[in-house]
Amino acid sequence: MHALNEAEMRSQPPFSEPSANRKKIFTLPFVLAIFAVMALGVISLFTGVYDIWGQADGRDMFFITRVPRTIALMLTGAAMAMTGLIMHLVTQNKMVEPTTIGTTEWAGLGLLAVYLLVPGPSLVLRMTGAIVFSFVGTMIFFLFLRRVRLRSSLIVPIMGLMLGAVISALSTFVTLYFNMSQVIENWFIGSFAPVQIGRYEYLWIIVIVTVILFLYANRLTIAGLGEEVAATLGVNYNRLIVLANALIAVCVGIVAAVIGNIPFLGLIVPNIISMVRGDDLRSNLPWVCLMGMGTITLCDIIARVVIMPFEVPVSLILGTVGAVVFILILLRQRRSRRLR
Amino acid sequence: MSTLDIGLATNTGGSLRARTTGAFRTRRDARRYWMLLILFIGVGLLATLGLILYKNPVPVDSPSFIPVVKRRLTAVVAMFIAALCHSFSTVAFQSVTSNRIITPSLLGYESLYSFIQTSVLFFFGAATLVKFTGTGAFFLQVALMIALSLILFGWLLSGKYGNLHLMLLIGIIIGAGLNAVSGLMRRVLSPSEFDLLQARLIGSVNNADADYFPIVIPLVLVTVLCLYQLSRKLNVLSLGKDVSTAFGVNYQANIILVLVLIAVLMSVSTTLVGPMTFFGFLVALLSYQAAPTYDHRYVLPMAFAIGFCILTSAYMLLYHVFRAQTVVSVIIELFGGIAFLIVILRKRSL
Repeated sequence: MHALNEAEMRSQPPFSEPSANRKKIFTLPFVLAIFAVMALGVISLFTGVYDIWGQADGRDMFFITRVPRTIALMLTGAAMAMTGLIMHLVTQNKMVEPTTIGTTEWAGLGLLAVYLLVPGPSLVLRMTGAIVFSFVGTMIFFLFLRRVRLRSSLIVPIMGLMLGAVISALSTFVTLYFNMSQVIENWFIGSFAPVQIGRYEYLWIIVIVTVILFLYANRLTIAGLGEEVAATLGVNYNRLIVLANALIAVCVGIVAAVIGNIPFLGLIVPNIISMVRGDDLRSNLPWVCLMGMGTITLCDIIARVVIMPFEVPVSLILGTVGAVVFILILLRQRRSRRLR
Repeated sequence: MSTLDIGLATNTGGSLRARTTGAFRTRRDARRYWMLLILFIGVGLLATLGLILYKNPVPVDSPSFIPVVKRRLTAVVAMFIAALCHSFSTVAFQSVTSNRIITPSLLGYESLYSFIQTSVLFFFGAATLVKFTGTGAFFLQVALMIALSLILFGWLLSGKYGNLHLMLLIGIIIGAGLNAVSGLMRRVLSPSEFDLLQARLIGSVNNADADYFPIVIPLVLVTVLCLYQLSRKLNVLSLGKDVSTAFGVNYQANIILVLVLIAVLMSVSTTLVGPMTFFGFLVALLSYQAAPTYDHRYVLPMAFAIGFCILTSAYMLLYHVFRAQTVVSVIIELFGGIAFLIVILRKRSL
């Protein structure tokens, strides 16, 4: 579970130039993975019902819907996978991600609050509501985690899921009371179908988040080791937790407002990466982003092809596949007795 | 088993007179327990009477009184069953998991229930869903739910790697997966079909069908009696695996037995009145406060009394005082959820 590569730390003399034996990012597998994801992107560009070659306005159509959709997929995939990674680091628990600790439900409640306060709210307003609420929700959970002594690491997602259930009960109550539940239900199933020019551009904020995360990667890794260790190493723990939380809230909030609920991506991608590569945030981060992009693009292509003239929401595919993969990960860890 | 009565008094180390092996620490606690129990039963009965008689347009001696009362009586019986199922199953579940902030409804009964309902509507249409209420349909659903939980328990609780928390988590994740599938199906529905389905998916005693009662009541009563018979074992099981084994209780076998009984109660209740996630949690929480003992022989009846009292008085108040008929269960859920939040934020260890 340790986020720092201990062997690597020990091998370095203190205060030396760290770049000498830091893991390289652009290795051959990584370049190959980039090509694979690009290939998926190209397939995504040419998957759809509308005949972009035959029709006269095919070219326009291509740039109005297909290109934005593929970009949105890439950005969302990277964002959700990264949120999972940050959460794993900060909580030192690999079962934690926006779906399993209720952040998504909080974002939904935020959207609902905006809909209730402002009739016909703009996208910026909805996004703000979602971001603020997910920040508050994640903060509550982190505070709770810091206060309690845990007997088992599995109890954390169980509590988080219960918390999420409470929040969604609250949302149900509000929607029933104001008779708007199908609106919300339709929103809550994440889908890339409505993405087109002018409706997805806010997702670009995710690029900024990625850059910030990359800059703070080492410090966040230290924060993950706990308050005392962080203080010893001269890192301001509380400020970093708030920062991590803000990054999570921005990602989840934007995705919630623009796309909807994207379940399990933050859980399966970082877990698979850390199974293969171990835990080193700096060199894993590009991998996590890339694989998040690849996974969600693949799921979206499946979602578009499976009942061809129509399409299913991508969150269904992710929810089903993600649940299966999550259970497989749990069982695998059970075998190796890493779970207590 | 009779030697396993673990009184709290032995731990307090007070005066000799306080060192009893009874279920309560002091006489005052015992007296408080009985008074509260009587109070809750009394309020519950009063609310029941209120539900049956209040604003009843027909006088008691009229010949049409019985048919009129029958409908109200059905709702009251449904409340009785729901209270029984949720209170017993939640308290027992929290004891075998040694964790007082989880509920058995986490295990995916509700997801399976809404999955079944949604897929009936999705694959066979609204007409079939309206007809999907007979005894056969009822038992089909109950059987499916019990089968799911048996598979889950047998697979994850027995053997070398048996782990309760893992089982719980996997149960929740299966629930989430099923929710994803039913969510998709619901998305394709027309708004009128959606409304029809939603009425089914929100817990309400008015969903209950009196035709099931002749089978459901004995089934629930037998299960509840079995659980009550297991009270002393539950007392031990709640102390965890090591202590139970030291006391000579077969931990794994007993836990699976208790969980199967819980599965029966939960699936009956979910099928009869629909999902209620936090009602059981609320009831269990209050009953630990009202019954200052770890002895399940006293906690279980108290939980039932509180559950029945909450359900009947909530329906009484919201029907006849606030005139908010549709949202009773949602409001109970809301209170349960808020109670959960408060408890979780005050917890020190898990």
